[in-house]
Amino acid sequence: MSMHAIKAEATAVAIPAPSSLTTAAPVVTMTPKQAPRAEKYVKMARETAARVVPPLVVIALLMLFWELVCRRAGSTLPPPSRVFSDTKELIFDPFFDRGGIDKGLFWHLSASLQRVALGYSIAAIVGIGLGTLVGQSVWAMRGLDPLFQVLRTIPPLAWLPLSLAAFRDGQPSAIFVIFITSVWPIIINTAVGIRNIPQDYRNVAAVVQLNPLEFFGKIMIPAAAPYIFTGLRIGIGLSWLAIVAAEMLIGGVGIGFFIWDAWNSSHISEIILALFYVGIIGFVLDRLIAGLGKLVTHGTSVS
Amino acid sequence: MQAYLKLDHIDKTFTRGNATTEVLKEINLTIDKGEYVSIIGHSGCGKSTLLNIVAGLTDCTTGCVLLENREVNSPGPDRAVVFQNHSLLPWLTVYENVKLGVDKVFASTKTRAERAAWVMHNLNLVQMAHAKDKRPSEISGGMKQRVGIARALAMEPKVLLLDEPFGALDALTRAHLQDSVMALHQKLGNTILMITHDVDEAVLLSDRIVMMTNGPSARIGEVLEVPLARPRKRLELATNPGYLKCRQRVLEFLYERHRFVEAA
Repeated sequence: MSMHAIKAEATAVAIPAPSSLTTAAPVVTMTPKQAPRAEKYVKMARETAARVVPPLVVIALLMLFWELVCRRAGSTLPPPSRVFSDTKELIFDPFFDRGGIDKGLFWHLSASLQRVALGYSIAAIVGIGLGTLVGQSVWAMRGLDPLFQVLRTIPPLAWLPLSLAAFRDGQPSAIFVIFITSVWPIIINTAVGIRNIPQDYRNVAAVVQLNPLEFFGKIMIPAAAPYIFTGLRIGIGLSWLAIVAAEMLIGGVGIGFFIWDAWNSSHISEIILALFYVGIIGFVLDRLIAGLGKLVTHGTSVS
Repeated sequence: MQAYLKLDHIDKTFTRGNATTEVLKEINLTIDKGEYVSIIGHSGCGKSTLLNIVAGLTDCTTGCVLLENREVNSPGPDRAVVFQNHSLLPWLTVYENVKLGVDKVFASTKTRAERAAWVMHNLNLVQMAHAKDKRPSEISGGMKQRVGIARALAMEPKVLLLDEPFGALDALTRAHLQDSVMALHQKLGNTILMITHDVDEAVLLSDRIVMMTNGPSARIGEVLEVPLARPRKRLELATNPGYLKCRQRVLEFLYERHRFVEAA
């Protein structure tokens, strides 16, 4: 009787306890306390501060150093204060469009990102496909691996003249350069991942009689996913490296050509601002793929 | 009466370069429907190879495996395997792991709802329905092996192949799982072929124990009938003279006549 009373109280006050927990229920009533919540927030804030403050301090110190060094008369590079005052318009109005290549930074960055997105997507599809082939078939590996090992050492920009000759247009050439830059790590990592699929999983697939397509989708890709995402992550980094260089050469709208154009017009502050954006976006892209990988490979780690 | 599962003159040699190793020699064995047969032998004697041959995962050099008078030489769900290290796919939940086989085997014979019910039915058989949404990394070793058994059972195999299913478990979990397998065998009447290196396990579970000589060229040394009535109770058997006699026979075979010579 009293048991029931306590239980009713427990469900009303605290976490609704399942009815089977008759002995646990009275214990539950002891737990709710309001005080620790504030303490928890303070603790959380302290932990966040511990992580955020050191980089802020370092950045502030570097800025100060930069300001002091570049402030002197005759300095070749502008101090941060000048960078800010010179590029105010670009920072606060990234969306202007005065036709031609005289556009806000948003348009330049989005043009570059579109090229990367297209080239990188093709690289991901081709890379995972070829990597699977090379990882699965000894013959394909023996035939293709030497080729890959040689081709992957060719610097991205070395491909550009050839692709310009082939496509006769800047846009597809830039996309091709992105593709050819980022495809190698994806191929190689996928192949390693496929080769490392435990024999046990292959046995399971054999007993269940999965057809090759089901085996690819249900066993190979999930089992190799951690490797594939390592390749994808290296690939996105490389393609962002390559796009700036490629765009400097092909011209048109794009962050690479924006930098080159700024250099030609001696707008050093604009170059510094562009570098800042390039760095931030490269970082975000890397985090994006890493996060996606974490999401997809959730629980894939062999237990 | 025709044998249900028949291993007919099976030889197996591995060839690597110029070196050939004869692993199995002249293996003849017939297993009746509903029978529980254990294969016991020292490690390295080729008993796992033999199971893989029956499963179709390894080809035999000569001879053949006949299941209901039809030769089987490729893997299939009619000879489902419970692997030693459970081999659950870590990116699938418990439910999905069992479903993988069910969806393939009953693709045309059961509706989607029937298949879902069948997966749950098999998880219930091994008392794992409560963990259906957990991933393999979140459950214990014994639980993983239960799911492995459910996955194999759910394919409604003609022969259930157990490859040292309890080898990786601690003694208490092992005993518990052995009881479960015994109960399942009693209830469903499966034909089971089990690889083991545990004498007590072999005697407790089997109708017949196939003892293999040491490799290379391992043969069937002796086949022992276990004339104990079912259902068997672990505690009562401990003092049962029939049980002790069987145990003695197997121990003598393994440790006197075919002692393991190499360092393990």
